[in-house]
Amino acid sequence: MTSHTNVPRTLPRFSSTFDPHTLAEIRRAAATGIYDIRGGGTKRKLPHFDDLLFLGASVSRYPLEGYREKCGTDVVLGTRFAKKPIHLKTPVTIAGMSFGALSAPAKEALGRGASAMGTSTTTGDGGMTPEERGHSSTLVYQYLPSRYGMNPDDLRKADAIEVVIGQGAKPGGGGMLLGQKISDRVAAMRTLPKGIDQRSACRHPDWTGPDDLEIKIEELREITDWEKPIYVKVGASRPYYDISLAVKSGADVVVLDGMQGGTAATQDVFIEHVGIPILSAIRPAVQALQDLGMHRKVQLIVSGGIRNGADVAKALALGADAVAIGTAALVALGDNDPQYEEEYQALGTTAGAYDDWHEGRDPAGITTQDPELWSRLDPIKAGRRLANYLGVMTLEAQTIARACGKSHLHNLEPEDLVSLTIEAAAMAGVPLAGTNWIPGRTGF
Amino acid sequence: MNAFNPDVTFDLAETPLRELNAALHKATGESNTRHWRVLNPNGRHALAAGVKAPLTIEVDGHVGYYCAGMNQQANVIIHGNAGVGVAENMMSGFVHVRGDASQSAGATAHGGMLRIDGNASARCGISMKGIDIIVQGSVGHMSAFMGQAGSLIVFGDAGDALGDSLYEAKLFVRGSVKSLGADCIEKELREEHKLHLHEKLTAAGLAGTVDVSEFKRYGSARQLYNFHIDNAGAY
Amino acid sequence: MCGIVGIFLKDPKLEPDLGAMLSSMLCVMTDRGPDSAGFAIYGSGEKDHVKLSLRAVEGYDFEALANSISLTSGGAPKLVVRSTHAVIEVPKAHESAVRAALAERHPEVAIVGTGSRMEIFKEVGLPRQVAERFDLPRMSGTHGIGHTRMATESAVTTAGAHPFSTGADQCLVHNGSLSNHNDLRRNLRREGISFATENDSEVAAGYLTWRMQQGKSLGEALEAGLGDLDGFFTFVVGTESGFGVLRDPIACKPAVMAETDQYVAFGSEYRALVDLPGISKARVFEPEPATVYFWDRAA
Repeated sequence: MTSHTNVPRTLPRFSSTFDPHTLAEIRRAAATGIYDIRGGGTKRKLPHFDDLLFLGASVSRYPLEGYREKCGTDVVLGTRFAKKPIHLKTPVTIAGMSFGALSAPAKEALGRGASAMGTSTTTGDGGMTPEERGHSSTLVYQYLPSRYGMNPDDLRKADAIEVVIGQGAKPGGGGMLLGQKISDRVAAMRTLPKGIDQRSACRHPDWTGPDDLEIKIEELREITDWEKPIYVKVGASRPYYDISLAVKSGADVVVLDGMQGGTAATQDVFIEHVGIPILSAIRPAVQALQDLGMHRKVQLIVSGGIRNGADVAKALALGADAVAIGTAALVALGDNDPQYEEEYQALGTTAGAYDDWHEGRDPAGITTQDPELWSRLDPIKAGRRLANYLGVMTLEAQTIARACGKSHLHNLEPEDLVSLTIEAAAMAGVPLAGTNWIPGRTGF
Repeated sequence: MNAFNPDVTFDLAETPLRELNAALHKATGESNTRHWRVLNPNGRHALAAGVKAPLTIEVDGHVGYYCAGMNQQANVIIHGNAGVGVAENMMSGFVHVRGDASQSAGATAHGGMLRIDGNASARCGISMKGIDIIVQGSVGHMSAFMGQAGSLIVFGDAGDALGDSLYEAKLFVRGSVKSLGADCIEKELREEHKLHLHEKLTAAGLAGTVDVSEFKRYGSARQLYNFHIDNAGAY
Repeated sequence: MCGIVGIFLKDPKLEPDLGAMLSSMLCVMTDRGPDSAGFAIYGSGEKDHVKLSLRAVEGYDFEALANSISLTSGGAPKLVVRSTHAVIEVPKAHESAVRAALAERHPEVAIVGTGSRMEIFKEVGLPRQVAERFDLPRMSGTHGIGHTRMATESAVTTAGAHPFSTGADQCLVHNGSLSNHNDLRRNLRREGISFATENDSEVAAGYLTWRMQQGKSLGEALEAGLGDLDGFFTFVVGTESGFGVLRDPIACKPAVMAETDQYVAFGSEYRALVDLPGISKARVFEPEPATVYFWDRAA
């Protein structure tokens, strides 16, 4: 008898191509016959703001004294045509998320937190609730292809109107919200039977293309007597052309959402494979504005993976006027909190990875329409957490701006940044650290 | 054109559209100027959009996109053709197109009635959410696409893919239907539906002009309401 | 993304007013296309002669060009200069020699169209400026088409402006956005069709030229386009004797037509048609999707 115990053996090795996640997906698809639908944004690793660094002041430039010397953070949005532009105290806004996707307490908490910090919140697909209007000092009303809950009275109550053409998680796509979340109230707001899957259209029902968008924007302005700023939101894919056409169509503000931006419910294949990272989208968008002589006249809001004050400062330095946060705001409210780990485990996931928002069983009571789960989220406390988080982001961005010698966040420039990687240098159009090389721009 | 005596007349050859709309938005049901006439619309867009009072507005000529868009309560009569999206997202009131309507007539509208004496082109009643639309002529392709609620009543024919991805909107067509869209099926026209038709035609001032038993009824098969693998091709 | 207009006269009495009518239609469509504008006019012409519409830089010496090719063209060609464009008229028998001479000796000049009666003019700028610089309001003819452009994915240049010529006396204007034009352009290049721009509309024009070179009629070429061109489009095409309209099957882009005893007119919006004579009594209708419409003087 020979023993194998002393013979070195090949360790089990997973294929990089057919990794365990891929294998599980193939099995899941084979068993169910439906693509994976989930919430959130892309989970793959992408070139991001982390790949950029600021050049703090030292001898050639002089920094500002922290906490003493002023560093402004306010921003005015909608100065091009609207009679009543929006004034915000911080350039960090809350992105559109629907009542339906989110619970009423979550929408209320977003309003409370944002209002406490002097910034805006945004409705979503499904209309405006009295709670969110009541708790939001500045509320942007989304105008979407489905027009669920679209009501001219709410349009007039809004502080701005955002024509949504696409979002970063799924540029060019509609959606499907599974029936589990369609409660009586959500169904009534959307004029749909309870409990059925909702298919959302990918195009607006009554216009297509920039020449017709211009006429649609004119209609919205006429209805609201030219008072409200009109935003146009696009998912990042061809930002130079899309931003340029949004401006030509008459937008006051353009919103550019990178592929890291979240969604309530979309096919995983869409989230992971369509669209481009926000890092690569900002410079072409700003170039379009500059080519039209509209940079800082038509304001640019960027979103998709903004997490902290450094991200805010970097986005602004690349040319944005403000940012919007969605996923990060939900985390601040309590989404994916480890305190519910046991329940996440019961759902077959773990805190931090939970993304089945469309199923409506969110232990944190945020992405659900279940009244029992709702009651777990105290909108006052959650709103306070969001306000704290927004405050920290603003302070962080100010800290960086002062270090670069800026008395206002908007004076940050691309030249204040360098890149750690060649990829990020090419995408963001800033030089590789320690060199003056911008791949694709300055030769080799 | 008719024996209508307006309280106020706006000639758009002389007055900017913005002034007309601003005046219409200020008007209330209590004011004395409840009958408006608009001359020389010349295909302008967003004419009488966003009106929210029980006014009667007569427009002499063809209008552009989004005439009477988001209408609430007003009675808008267009003596001509209407461009894209007439009465889009209407909430209440009555919009009457004496000529033809272009695509997306009554799109996403939640209530009120849209009457079109001529034809409506593609996507008539797309994503309708409660409006009643009566077309005395025919409608184009993809009409009532994703229709959620309300009635689309067509005296003439319907184009391709009628009622595709239909929810609960009720469709009635007297003539031929070129093809039905995914999940749209013909259903029995019962007495209650004839009554429903009669009631809508009466409200539109069209009672007795056609025999309601001549209509065929179409509605959702409700097979797409919850995902099933065997229907995947229909999504 | 753009505004399109076209007018085809049935009543010869209106022919002196064609340019004025087309100009007014074009200017109304400025909102849909502020970047550039262009038009094709079918005016006078002689059967055994061909007109070449030429485009060059501002201030170009077209007289000198006409002189330099006079030997090739069998005598000094008839020349009409309009701003950056000029139309030279040469005997048909000399056409290929003149083309060769232009290509060889005057590569700085682009031929934007040829035909016995068709003249094409296009420039960047607002439609009113474009119409005025070429004196469109004073042109006469039997029919014409025009275009105002809001550039989508290709550059705002004169070369990217419409109409695009698809062959002798044939041209096309487009509103919409094609989604398979890059592969189509590569295939057509292999078939010998040349392209001057990255514009999707030029591919549509080239596609029709190619189909017609294969012996298809314009109507058949348009029908075939329904299967081969993907995306959204409304085309208006001009030929020596008529004009045609085609919309894609989805038909999201707008189109309005008006017909009277005196004319047939096309506009992206009704607004474009409001100044036409007798418009209030015209039959105004929307062309059906995926249906070729054609009006012909010969018919």
